[in-house]
Amino acid sequence: MIVQELIFYFFSLVMVLAAVAVVTVRNPIYAVLYLVLAFFSAAAIWMLLEAEFLAIILVVVYVGAVMVLFLFVVMMLDINLVPLKEGFIRYLPVAALVAIAMAVEMLMVVWSRGRFGVDMFPVPAPNSADYSNTRELGELLYTNYLLPFEVAGVVLLVAIIAAVALTLRTRPGIKTQNPSEQVRTRRDESVRLVKMKSEKPRGA
Amino acid sequence: MFEMIEAVFTWIQSQYLIWTLLKIVLIVLPLITVVAFYTFFERKVIGSMQIRVGPNRVGPLGLIQPFADVFKLLLKEIILPTNANRFLFVIAPVIALAPAFAAWAVVPFNDFLVLADVDAGLLYVLALTSLGVYGIIIAGWASNSKYAFLGAMRAAAQAVSYEIAMGFALVGVLILAGTMNLREIVLAQQGGILDWYWLPLFPMFVIYMISGLAETNRAPFDMAEGESEIVAGFHVEYSGAAFAVFFLAEYANMILISGLTAIMFAGGWLSPFEGMPVLGDTFLGEGSIIWFLAKTVVFMFMFLWYRATFPRYRYDQIMRLGWTVLIPITLVWTMLAALMTVLGIVVKGS
Amino acid sequence: MMKRVIEYFRSLMLLELLAGMGLTMRHFFRPRITINYPEEKTPKSPRFRGLHALRRYPNGEERCIACKLCEAVCPALAITIDSEEREDGSRRTTAYEIDLFKCIYCGLCEESCPVDSIVLTGVLEYHMESREEGILDKDKLLAIGDRFESEIAENRNKDAAYR
Repeated sequence: MIVQELIFYFFSLVMVLAAVAVVTVRNPIYAVLYLVLAFFSAAAIWMLLEAEFLAIILVVVYVGAVMVLFLFVVMMLDINLVPLKEGFIRYLPVAALVAIAMAVEMLMVVWSRGRFGVDMFPVPAPNSADYSNTRELGELLYTNYLLPFEVAGVVLLVAIIAAVALTLRTRPGIKTQNPSEQVRTRRDESVRLVKMKSEKPRGA
Repeated sequence: MFEMIEAVFTWIQSQYLIWTLLKIVLIVLPLITVVAFYTFFERKVIGSMQIRVGPNRVGPLGLIQPFADVFKLLLKEIILPTNANRFLFVIAPVIALAPAFAAWAVVPFNDFLVLADVDAGLLYVLALTSLGVYGIIIAGWASNSKYAFLGAMRAAAQAVSYEIAMGFALVGVLILAGTMNLREIVLAQQGGILDWYWLPLFPMFVIYMISGLAETNRAPFDMAEGESEIVAGFHVEYSGAAFAVFFLAEYANMILISGLTAIMFAGGWLSPFEGMPVLGDTFLGEGSIIWFLAKTVVFMFMFLWYRATFPRYRYDQIMRLGWTVLIPITLVWTMLAALMTVLGIVVKGS
Repeated sequence: MMKRVIEYFRSLMLLELLAGMGLTMRHFFRPRITINYPEEKTPKSPRFRGLHALRRYPNGEERCIACKLCEAVCPALAITIDSEEREDGSRRTTAYEIDLFKCIYCGLCEESCPVDSIVLTGVLEYHMESREEGILDKDKLLAIGDRFESEIAENRNKDAAYR
């Protein structure tokens, strides 16, 4: 369908331009925002692939959480741009070599006849209307890939516990407030009424 | 004459794009009107709770007040601070507003009135509500003002933290309903007020409302504005129409959260009297859009009620509440929800 | 320890928050105490100290005898008086000016006046559109006195027993 193709090319173009901008713009905040745009376009393209679960998870996790934290860090840090640009020329040959190698590899995969080329794979038949990418993924994750999935979960849990354990420390000798204790305090615990005789005026 | 109208109507229905656009307009226009009157309603309700009368000068009972406010804001000048980032400054309110409106695409008003009946509706809603924070961050940063920046930082940290509790609260719904389609989530709650998910998921229901407050930066979680310490937070530098758009976004978000609470925990368009002997037989027993709107209004009222009751949290207390209280409770209740499904205590669509 | 646990569960039940919400809900149904200002007004004491006025005797003669006690007593130095002998031999003011921006509405001028000439009326709704209007000269003060004479006299009568 022509509309779908137009949408695909539009988002691809936006994504590629945004990705290029991420590494070329001077302002790191712009770089992060362009990265967000790239993620968003990627999500749109995945949506065209009928992979709505992945697309939305990409937006939720990367755009909604990770990039917000990135923005945070970049905004809070007073980044000096000059040292970042140092050695650009020096590293350029190596970087260019890696980039060209990767581009060539990709082209080889796409263009090579016989094994991987585009013509080797037929256009997949579009799924029926009641196809749910979420359900398919869930069924695969909880049957065929149950063990890797659970292992990944345990690893993440360990990481969470480690993060908590690393940051959960109380330094001795500092005063902190405990709000729940403050809230729990009742009047009779902190107020003591003292009866005093009235003082006599001087010389009486 | 009548045939002509009918012909035009069928032609419009055959044109998918026009028909969808029409539906979008039909959702967005009432939404904007409701936002306008919600601000008025808020002032009236909070006035009543403080034994005042609220605005009553413009028009009968002050009903024209929201339009007066809107026109005032639209006619005011938009001031661009020096050294502000012009493009981001202008686009930030739009970024804040767009997700608040876009999320309505999957909200089912009743069994068939829904713009996009998608299977991943819940995820879509989560994704869009998590996007709203960009408008705030960008606004705060682009204003080139320390108060705006501090407000943006607070708002963003708060939104990111409470999104987790909110997501977990929805996971409970997900486990019980076994679907991410909002329409099917409602249908899974069929069978009267006691079958809605607020009962088996009561702690999650409460946590969802609390984190809904935090997500929309409403009192008592309005740290982002914090008039007494950082003037008005991320939108100090905004004026006129740009400020109005932020305002619109905040209230549209509140309405959205109210609507979602109604769908997730209070049976959407279903009637509370379903299956009851006397009332259930009348028209009140049938599910209709009226029930959905009524429930949404009740939750909208709750937002105002909280604002009139609670003083603002301190920033560290907000973080403490979110991370050390709400998230653990939701985690525990997620397990309980799973148990409830496995043991058959809560059955879908009973 | 047990107490801590009980406290913890009590706080989880949000009892205090619910109590607060109950309070606001009770107020929601209470009758409003608002006074719709321009239409309704709160009662005003006869001793209210508002806009200044110079009074006249019932025969139309102005009361002020230019004794300058008010000028002397005014803590804000808001009153300026010039006086001269009139043709009939009585001492009268030629200029009597009150600067409303300086005046602190303490009412000392009113108390010091031996002939009840300078008074503070109950008028509180007045405005100016330029700074010059903030200075009330003799003509204006007399005009205010003429306009509100009945009200001023009534307030004086009500308060007479306590003077």
